[in-house]
Amino acid sequence: MNSIIVLSVLGLANLFLGFLRSNRLLLPVAMLILLVALGVNYLDWNTGPLSFFSGMLVVDNFSVAFTGIVVVTALLLLPFSQKYVRDGEPNLAEYYSLLLFSLVGAIMLVSYNHLLMLFLGIEILSVAMYVLAGSDKRNLRSNEAALKYFLMGSFFTGVLLFGVALIYGATGTFELSQISAAVQNPAPGFESLTPMLYIGMLIMLVGIGFKVSAAPFHFWTPDVYEGTPTFFAAFMSTVVKTAGFAAFLKLLVQAFPAANAQGVWLPTLTAMCVLTLLIGNVGAVTQTSVKRMLAYSSISHAGYLLIALVAFNGQLYGASANGIMFYSLAYSVATVSAFGVLKLVADARMREDYDGLNGLAKTNPLLAFALTVSMLSLAGIPLTGGFFGKFFIFSAAVENGYIGLVVFAVVMSMVSIYYYLRPIIAMYMRPAEDETTATPVPVGPFQSATLLLLALLTVVLGVLPGLVAGML
Amino acid sequence: MLTVLLLLWPVAAALLLHFFKGRAARVPALGAALVELALAAYAAFTFNTNNAGQFAYDLNWIPSAGIRFAVGMDGLSLLLVLLTAVLVPIILLSAFRRNFENESVFYALVLFMQTGLIGVFTAQDAFLFYFMWEVALIPIYFLAGVWGGVTRARVTFKFFLYTIIGSLFMLAGFVYLYFQTGPSADGLSAHNSALTSFYNLNLPVDTQLWVFWLIFAAFAVKMPIFPFHTWQPDTYTEAPAPATMLLSGIMLKMGIYGCMRWLIPVVPLGTDYWQNLVLILAIIGIIYGAIIAIRQQDVKRLIAYSSLSHVGLMIAGVFSLTQMGMQGAAIQMLAHGVNVVGMFFIADAIERRTGTRNIADLGGLTRKAPVLTVCFLVLLLGTVALPLTNGFVGEFLLLAGVYQFNAWMGAVAGVTIILGAVYLLRMFQRVMLGPDSSFTESFTDLTGAELALLVPLIVLVFWIGLFPNTFLHLSEGSVLGILNEVVNR
Repeated sequence: MNSIIVLSVLGLANLFLGFLRSNRLLLPVAMLILLVALGVNYLDWNTGPLSFFSGMLVVDNFSVAFTGIVVVTALLLLPFSQKYVRDGEPNLAEYYSLLLFSLVGAIMLVSYNHLLMLFLGIEILSVAMYVLAGSDKRNLRSNEAALKYFLMGSFFTGVLLFGVALIYGATGTFELSQISAAVQNPAPGFESLTPMLYIGMLIMLVGIGFKVSAAPFHFWTPDVYEGTPTFFAAFMSTVVKTAGFAAFLKLLVQAFPAANAQGVWLPTLTAMCVLTLLIGNVGAVTQTSVKRMLAYSSISHAGYLLIALVAFNGQLYGASANGIMFYSLAYSVATVSAFGVLKLVADARMREDYDGLNGLAKTNPLLAFALTVSMLSLAGIPLTGGFFGKFFIFSAAVENGYIGLVVFAVVMSMVSIYYYLRPIIAMYMRPAEDETTATPVPVGPFQSATLLLLALLTVVLGVLPGLVAGML
Repeated sequence: MLTVLLLLWPVAAALLLHFFKGRAARVPALGAALVELALAAYAAFTFNTNNAGQFAYDLNWIPSAGIRFAVGMDGLSLLLVLLTAVLVPIILLSAFRRNFENESVFYALVLFMQTGLIGVFTAQDAFLFYFMWEVALIPIYFLAGVWGGVTRARVTFKFFLYTIIGSLFMLAGFVYLYFQTGPSADGLSAHNSALTSFYNLNLPVDTQLWVFWLIFAAFAVKMPIFPFHTWQPDTYTEAPAPATMLLSGIMLKMGIYGCMRWLIPVVPLGTDYWQNLVLILAIIGIIYGAIIAIRQQDVKRLIAYSSLSHVGLMIAGVFSLTQMGMQGAAIQMLAHGVNVVGMFFIADAIERRTGTRNIADLGGLTRKAPVLTVCFLVLLLGTVALPLTNGFVGEFLLLAGVYQFNAWMGAVAGVTIILGAVYLLRMFQRVMLGPDSSFTESFTDLTGAELALLVPLIVLVFWIGLFPNTFLHLSEGSVLGILNEVVNR
């Protein structure tokens, strides 16, 4: 809760820096704000569930952990915002503030206890992202991405709201635990409304499924990622996804754990999961642009996270939640690093295809190393956090008897090795083609340090997973 | 604690190497490898052969999942740790002969791989074993992929995909077994992945039948056994010589060791059921590898196929499930490691001088390079398994083991010695004897540094050949232990 206050208030204050025309200050100030938010968030650890706004928001270890992940992700991402906007860009302060505000939405998503808060969280998160997707105003692609994201996004938010309304109609409440009770034992007179409840529930799955880009509601992802400035695309595929999955898990665990509801959403979610894995991985294979490959890869990772939801075991503090938390963290760290490198390379070389990476190991060993570590992590190779992320999720699923699903997911991650190796092959085994690929990409010392830190984090997660796993 | 030191020292050294650039990294890299060798030698001298697991270290790694960082060495592990520790400095020395770009990174990767290899040979926890298994793969992928030949990107990609898919099957098998185990000792987790828990599972036969293939998939690709070998000749040929030495000298032993430690005692009934099939595949590999080797024109490819053939015999010996077969495999792992590294080094030395590996282009090296000829001949005869050399002891025991299991299989497998003599002596004749060619006109003999590298290998050829008991004694306890696990089920 404190982190929400910090981010909103200081985010507003950050806006005023724009008036001072002190663009140089923006990045350090934004990072400072995030550090403060991280600090106050840590103070909430193990203080037990605290309710706010008559129980509409609940801060517990689950929400603190996920808040920590999204804030840390944003913190690690910020160094790559440098040089994103051309010098003399007048709206720079607004972009930073929108980023901070969208984090507020993300934090609401991981700590809601009331469907209204879920809706508000999604809206706060999304509206900021709509604007940021179009922030490269002179670029048609960016405009296209913003429009696409906005149209589709607002449509699916409407769908989500429709689901919320149906659930309210069937249960008479917005509060998660009360919904859960009403699903199990409908109040007198409400028994005949159960089908409406189920429809509302499924419609909500669609709405959230869109936000986390689960198939078949993933269509926007590659196009929007491609047009959105890389920096914000990274934000979309990490913070938005992490918060979305935390919200997803909360909804299923706290509102619909009853066996009768599970009988409806479990097959639906399983089907979505299989489809997402298939489309994400097979789609990524055929891409020629690294950015689009990362977009499809982000779809495929939504598929792996859906396995954790399917393998859910009825509580917020179990293998499933731990799996999602560890996976989100490992995935976010690796993705930030991948997008970060891609952004630096694309800025210098003006291209985003695989060949644009040729010879990078010679010109920029550090960038090549960072991207390699992140690719290996995304592919789930041991020694990186991605391996243990997959390991925890898959073993939670095996433990609960979803062996077929895990076999399918393992086959899909074998496919993923193909496209995650392609950047590595380009960087290390192909020579530079022309002059632009033979000149080193300029990298600031701060960005180098961040990339090293990200690689280090990935390896630490891959060697000492016990530091984070089992926290929840 | 000593095991942990053996594990951490190479990786620490690899990190420190980044402070050296280019050629300056040579001395520290070699020094680090020699320190590792000294540590391994110390372990060997203080090793108590009457006792099974030693130098054990056990740390709670992932408490919530019951996964432990448990390492330790018995005789078999120690043998392979020794092999790794002896070969890595030699491989590093052989790399000094070449001029690489980014030398320090190259040596750092070799040392990093050493950690993975030693981890594989000492892990006492299934997930730690899998972890180390992949830790060994990543550096070799880059060693072969970055510094390799023209088609390296395609070839190493195939290699990486093959091995990682194989090891994912193994991981799946381990996960399945993990969920069959009882709670961890500290009670924090419902399951644990200790080696001993896997040994005590006593799964029903029909489960073991398929779990066997899950685990065997990884080993089958790594060794490799026919028909999972298609990555091997290309990778051996395309990789730079030091990487080929790592692959053939040490890495393929990971598969054989894995079978002995993590497959046969874990699923003894499954092994019993598939024993004949594996032996037949192994023997097909022996014959197939040898016949293709006869037809090879490329020295490196020839050695690659000969390696395939020799590994087939080791697999057959292991799966004969006899004491002789397993002991033979244990000592042959050492012998093969020594011989194949030496052979690849000589092939590389010839290639560096003449610029060709094509047998048809070579000839008449004996007159110009008598020292090289002698070294080559000794290693070659070791590979052919001439008595008094290291190959003889291993192959004799292996064949005796296979014969004990099935006389016909023993007879067919014995052809390996004849065919081996055919292709190796044929190569020796074409390369070393005969008339000069335009490529060999200005051939020079081995330099002092090269000789210094080959002498330890040649000493080992005779040492293992004349006093095999030094080594057989070490592995005997472990082999008996493994066979006990099988017999008791």
